[in-house]
Amino acid sequence: MAWQHDWRRVRAIARKDLTTELRAKAGFNGVASLAVTILILLGLALGPDAAALRNAAVGAVWLATLFSGVLAFNRSFQVELESGALEPLLLYPGARWTIFAGKLIANFAFVSLMVAIVTVAGIVLFGIAVPARWPSLIAVIALGVIGLVVLGTFYASMASRSRAREVLLPLLLFPMLVPVLLAATTASKALLGADIMHEAGPWIRLLIGFDIVFLIATFIAFEHVIEA
Amino acid sequence: MKSDSHLTSDSAIEAHGLGKRFGIRWVLRGVTLTVPKGEAVALLGPNGSGKSTVLRILGTLLRPNAGSATINANDVVRDAATVRSHVGYLAHTPGLYDDLTAKENLEFAADMLGLPLSSVDEILDRVGLTGISATRVRGFSAGMQRRLAIARLIMRRPRVLLLDEPYSNLDEEGVELMNTVIREVVSSGGAALLALHELAPARNILDRTVTLLDGRVPSSEIEEALPENPVLSPI
Repeated sequence: MAWQHDWRRVRAIARKDLTTELRAKAGFNGVASLAVTILILLGLALGPDAAALRNAAVGAVWLATLFSGVLAFNRSFQVELESGALEPLLLYPGARWTIFAGKLIANFAFVSLMVAIVTVAGIVLFGIAVPARWPSLIAVIALGVIGLVVLGTFYASMASRSRAREVLLPLLLFPMLVPVLLAATTASKALLGADIMHEAGPWIRLLIGFDIVFLIATFIAFEHVIEA
Repeated sequence: MKSDSHLTSDSAIEAHGLGKRFGIRWVLRGVTLTVPKGEAVALLGPNGSGKSTVLRILGTLLRPNAGSATINANDVVRDAATVRSHVGYLAHTPGLYDDLTAKENLEFAADMLGLPLSSVDEILDRVGLTGISATRVRGFSAGMQRRLAIARLIMRRPRVLLLDEPYSNLDEEGVELMNTVIREVVSSGGAALLALHELAPARNILDRTVTLLDGRVPSSEIEEALPENPVLSPI
């Protein structure tokens, strides 16, 4: 069955990426440390005003996730490039979308773990009270992470062919992520009760729409961007 | 694209007027060569002559800017997916995952190829890496990494071998292993094209040599049968 073979490829790539990240501990530790450092620096920059810190907390958490996520996406293709493993990977017969799907799953797991750490750090550092609607907040975070990971993985694959990939990736990625950042931040604030002017609903629908559109578009386009 | 009228069922590899440009520099300037089924052919030439580029185009890793090429009558651009299922490509670099063990690297290959994981132990044994199958590749010597890359090549059961400096870092036993793999593919009706700097290790398995100079095969006379005891001018 073709789909069983495809699914086996997807699992193999995700497992391989997660195993190599787990063993090369410097990768995850570095990315998570950067995220927490960004949070601390933003906290210091905002000063000791507790209300200002709480207001800025959600934006700070998402920005820390965004900046450190870029490192994670770059790493996911760097592993392939380090020993010239990208070429053998591309030479396996079979659908190439499975490579993208595998990397997407691995990056989602990686970034989700990072977001969990950043969120806990944000709650502690910025003094945020956990809201009663926390399952909705987790759903918003998950939708935001999906949008971030889909575009991050896609543009990392595109930038992997360039020698200036570390610079190119944020230049390509950040403008495209504005809707995700805006929707995720506003919805999270609304759920935390920090923004009484907005309802979370429309922003959550925007996140869902964004995720669906870009999941489809990136799966279609991956075959072409990974070609030399 | 050229028409496929030139194709013959006896040709495993055909390239017609292959051209490849990187930026404004043409690396290949119209390479034409044929490797019939059942033959092993060496692609010779100095550094920068375009040997690796020819192999990468035939292996679907690069698209040509001019000309056409086929593997077992499948166009390397139009039928790239089919070509990939026919070809076993060995690059300069082993292309292994340093943080995975030898066995895990091959299990990953088995997953990608849809092969049973039980085949991995047998292949590790064949390339002489059974004793260190649980060791991470990061700790391997260049020769051991090369053997593992050969193991991955064997797993693909290729019908056409594209080998870029296949003997680099291999000891005598490794060279014999490589030659056995080439012999098996060629004798079963496949073909092999080897980019080489040094002809000696492959002397016993080659049928012909083709010399590439400055991105082209200078003339048909250069494509020649291998002499009994080849004497090569320095490259």
